[in-house]
Amino acid sequence: MLVLALLCGAMIGPAGPTWWRIPLELLNRLPLLTIHSGVSESEWNIIWLVRMPRVVLAGLVGCTLSIAGASYQGVFRNPLVDPYLLGVAAGAGLGATFVFTINRAGSSTWLIDPLPLAAFGCGLAAVLVTYVVGTAFGGERSSTTLVLAGVAVTSLVTAVQAFLLQRHSDVMREVYSWILGRLSTATWTDVRLVLPYVVLSTTVLLFHRRLLDVLRVGDDEATALGAHVNRIRLVVVLFATLGTAAVVAVSGLIGFVGIIVPHAVRLLVGASYRVVLPLSFLLGGAFLITADIPGRILSNPAETPIGVVTAFLGAPFFLLILRTRQASR
Amino acid sequence: MTSLNFEKVSVQYGHRHAVVEFSEVVRPGEWLCLIGPNGAGKSSLLRAIVGIVSFSGNIVVDGTTLHDRNARRRAQLVAYVPQSPVMPSDMNAYEYVLLGRNPYVSHFGSESVHDTAMVNSVFERLDLSDFTHRQLGELSGGERQRVAIARAVAQEAPILLLDEPTSSLDIGHQQQALELVDKLRREHGLTVVSAMHDLTLAGSYADRLVLMHEGHRVVGGTAQEVLRAETLAEFYGVSVHVHHEPDGTVAVIPRRSLRT
Repeated sequence: MLVLALLCGAMIGPAGPTWWRIPLELLNRLPLLTIHSGVSESEWNIIWLVRMPRVVLAGLVGCTLSIAGASYQGVFRNPLVDPYLLGVAAGAGLGATFVFTINRAGSSTWLIDPLPLAAFGCGLAAVLVTYVVGTAFGGERSSTTLVLAGVAVTSLVTAVQAFLLQRHSDVMREVYSWILGRLSTATWTDVRLVLPYVVLSTTVLLFHRRLLDVLRVGDDEATALGAHVNRIRLVVVLFATLGTAAVVAVSGLIGFVGIIVPHAVRLLVGASYRVVLPLSFLLGGAFLITADIPGRILSNPAETPIGVVTAFLGAPFFLLILRTRQASR
Repeated sequence: MTSLNFEKVSVQYGHRHAVVEFSEVVRPGEWLCLIGPNGAGKSSLLRAIVGIVSFSGNIVVDGTTLHDRNARRRAQLVAYVPQSPVMPSDMNAYEYVLLGRNPYVSHFGSESVHDTAMVNSVFERLDLSDFTHRQLGELSGGERQRVAIARAVAQEAPILLLDEPTSSLDIGHQQQALELVDKLRREHGLTVVSAMHDLTLAGSYADRLVLMHEGHRVVGGTAQEVLRAETLAEFYGVSVHVHHEPDGTVAVIPRRSLRT
């Protein structure tokens, strides 16, 4: 499915060669194979330098947001939690706003682009504040308190961001287009930037899939079964956040992926995290690549932000989950 | 068979003393039942043993204090069935019982062939083979209790703790659950500590009863020694008739104060 989505993503776009030539050309580029596809060098550049990084990045972002979403749902035992709950999104948004207000144009001469770094740093900082506040007041039952702390931190950070935007209304447009999510400017540099974080965070999360099943029986019983509940929660939250912050830094805020995908997987194969985590990873990549396609062609040559597409699909799906959950009670 | 010693065990929630300097020796293979009114500290004591609440004093299992054992090793020694186990409705019985093997699996590891074989044999021994793929949400109260006990059995721990194992069951399933525990105890030489409200059932299944009141150990002994009308009146504030069967069973029957 992921492979199919990757191919579709590479084949569809506003400019470039006819769609059926592209898989042939991709095969041609593989070592030891020579197939005449009729794709010219400039057309290949469109595919390789414009489309492919975008598709690969969409895949990475989708994989990471989905597996992080499933992990958060596991450690908080709350099916409606997503990667943005703990303040990652708001923090990253604030970081981006900072960069835009300080003057993005002036920073282009810098050695590295400060935007992803600021988004990443502030996202991580927001989660740390949430975690410290949540565990300081939460005592033994920190799961609910942590979620509440996340809500508080999010509103505080959003308020600061709104204040900043009011003072610098000239950058509002840029900030919002970043918040709505964009993959359109993806380059191989972006892919290289997030890849290590994505690999690290998903590997650690996948190793915790059995323990997430243990946590499903609650903190008390998991403790009685010999699990270090707080340690597991800390590690999973940290690495899920690391992955999320990294992808948010390059893609902007793409909502609902972390909820839709794990739930779709649960409907298909059951609720055990042993299968939910790896399948969310695969399906999430496929989903986001697919969701990115209408964004590219709907309002051609302009682009519909991918955040709009996922929210369009996500919001009704969210309500559907709520309804089925209520019906099953 | 494994012994369990409590040495001046105290449990405190903030300023409230739930258990105060509780000392008791549970002999290997013995079934000890904690009785006492609500809030007497029975559950807190059980929760202290499995590490859910912290305690002062010492709990010694087979000569080693629990403070010196790590969480996994402790879970290999002590299995716990809470009063109302959390049973996710979308988890199936097999996945649930498999959780009992957690103490034997390393942090990043997964269950071995031995673990899955063990779980399969638990399903067979407890006559639960038909339940393997049933969702927990579909099970009745009695079935849920048996599956919860099955998870504790899969833990292969020599000490079994049961918090109110019969509280939500009808009289038939109460007996079924306790018979199951009794059978497991005899077959595997388990040491059992339970907290129970039904004094008649407590007296007929446990070897020894310990009455707790406001965190303190009040009196301990056989059913005949502990279940006396005066004692129960003093600590439960209840008027009861205690009936002694010829076979040694003690039945506790609450008396109605007014009859019109």
